[in-house]
Amino acid sequence: MTLSLSGVSRAFGGVRALDDATFTVAAGEVHGLIGPNGAGKTTLLNLISGLLQPTGGKIELDGRRIDRLPPHRIAGLGVARTYQNIRLFAGLSAADNVIVGQHLRRRASFWRRLLLLPSARREEAQARAGAEATLERVGMRERARSPAFSLSYGEQRRIEIARALAAQPRLLLLDEPTAGMNPPEAAAVARLVREVAREGRAVLLIEHNVRLVMELCDRITVLNFGKVIARGTPLEVANDPAVIAAYLGEGE
Amino acid sequence: MDLLLAYEGLFAFVGINGLLALSVYATLSCGQLSLANAGFMAIGAYTGALITLHSPGVPFLLVLLAAAAMPAVVAVPLGLPVLRLRGVFLAIATVGFGEVVRLVFVNWDYTNGALGLVAIPQRTKLWTIWLALAVALYLLGRLRGSRAGYALEAIREDETAASTMGIKTTAHKLLMLVLGAALAGLAGGLEAHYTFMVAPGGYAFGRVVDMLVQAVVGGTAAFFGPVVGAAFLTVLPELLREAGARLGFSPGPFRLFLNGAILLAVILYLPNGLVSLPRRLRRRRLA
Repeated sequence: MTLSLSGVSRAFGGVRALDDATFTVAAGEVHGLIGPNGAGKTTLLNLISGLLQPTGGKIELDGRRIDRLPPHRIAGLGVARTYQNIRLFAGLSAADNVIVGQHLRRRASFWRRLLLLPSARREEAQARAGAEATLERVGMRERARSPAFSLSYGEQRRIEIARALAAQPRLLLLDEPTAGMNPPEAAAVARLVREVAREGRAVLLIEHNVRLVMELCDRITVLNFGKVIARGTPLEVANDPAVIAAYLGEGE
Repeated sequence: MDLLLAYEGLFAFVGINGLLALSVYATLSCGQLSLANAGFMAIGAYTGALITLHSPGVPFLLVLLAAAAMPAVVAVPLGLPVLRLRGVFLAIATVGFGEVVRLVFVNWDYTNGALGLVAIPQRTKLWTIWLALAVALYLLGRLRGSRAGYALEAIREDETAASTMGIKTTAHKLLMLVLGAALAGLAGGLEAHYTFMVAPGGYAFGRVVDMLVQAVVGGTAAFFGPVVGAAFLTVLPELLREAGARLGFSPGPFRLFLNGAILLAVILYLPNGLVSLPRRLRRRRLA
């Protein structure tokens, strides 16, 4: 699985939210996307998941162009994501959220349910067991029956990650997965992300916690004002003068 | 048995209104406020009535299937453009559709204009209505918990997030619009063959408001809620009439006032409808 962006741009009226972005993410890699607020990071995730269309350039998944496909088709190619401003199905329980995440892997069950076939019930039991196992991975199994809206911010983020993992994606997009979490919770998420990458999935994550990014990511792309200003290993990026200037400002 | 005979009409309308409330619930269950159902009902009623009047030999089951199928077919080209609209814009567009349907029937000589079709044989029996309602309830009940049922709930909660889970949001919304249209058409066909007549005036905007109020009062969190609401609001005026006759007042305009007051009370104090009442009471007793 390789995600490659070449010359991807997105303009909102006169504002170039993303300008000529080029980089690749490979299977098994944790790729960090960092940059100051408003740098175009979330816009980039929205472009990849099909919620926005680029105004220029192309996005490819294993050589196949995906930048004109609707979101559900892109999800069908193995892309799952979380959102910066959590978008859980608030009225559903934690487990039901995860079951919705399994949508693409489940067989349609309505007709079999209509005929009261036992296979439908087996499949449901399987889906529920699968959801509980996924919740276990994010440490939320005991909250499986709680409505999503009743959970704390950090817990909701973990449910969102579980919902994305339930699709068994080849590419996982995480938008600030540890925002609002305390250090132990964030460390648990980091461990999980490493584990997910070890399974051969590609992970592209936006993160503001610099220490976490440096420890977690194999490679990092730095955005500023919609442009890629640096790319490389955490060490290379940390010592890049353009990155230092973007974060700390230019010296006189 | 006497009760059944004395109130057969009432029981019939409980069933028909139950079907209509379910037809509105179909789209509400995936978060879409579509108000085209009076129009769909009219199409179903006229389709059924015209078949019966022109070829009386057609079995009633086929007549009813046609009454359900015709609006379902119409719902597809209507749904494809209007389901792109959200919230109040969808409501406005679908109200427009309902009015267009009504005005077509008002101005169409073939359907006898504003006077409508009369002397339709009474082919609907009480059991036909209740069987249709039972089938509709079973269908919607089994839909919940299926993969499609989960997809519908996801769309209702957050359409954007649902689409990035791989759910075909437009297809699911269209399917529910078509199902709602079929249920409304079926109810229309049943009613036409029960009341002997169809006329455009019976399918005005007020009719879809009735359906919506019944669905909301009953509660749309449970699939049977709309039927509870329809039963309650259909029986209520009869009770009022009884009470009025005993106490010597005429309920006439008072009925509308009470309907409004009940709707307001339910929205304010029972946002999940009448079906949430037992749980509410239990919780209060425990507290």
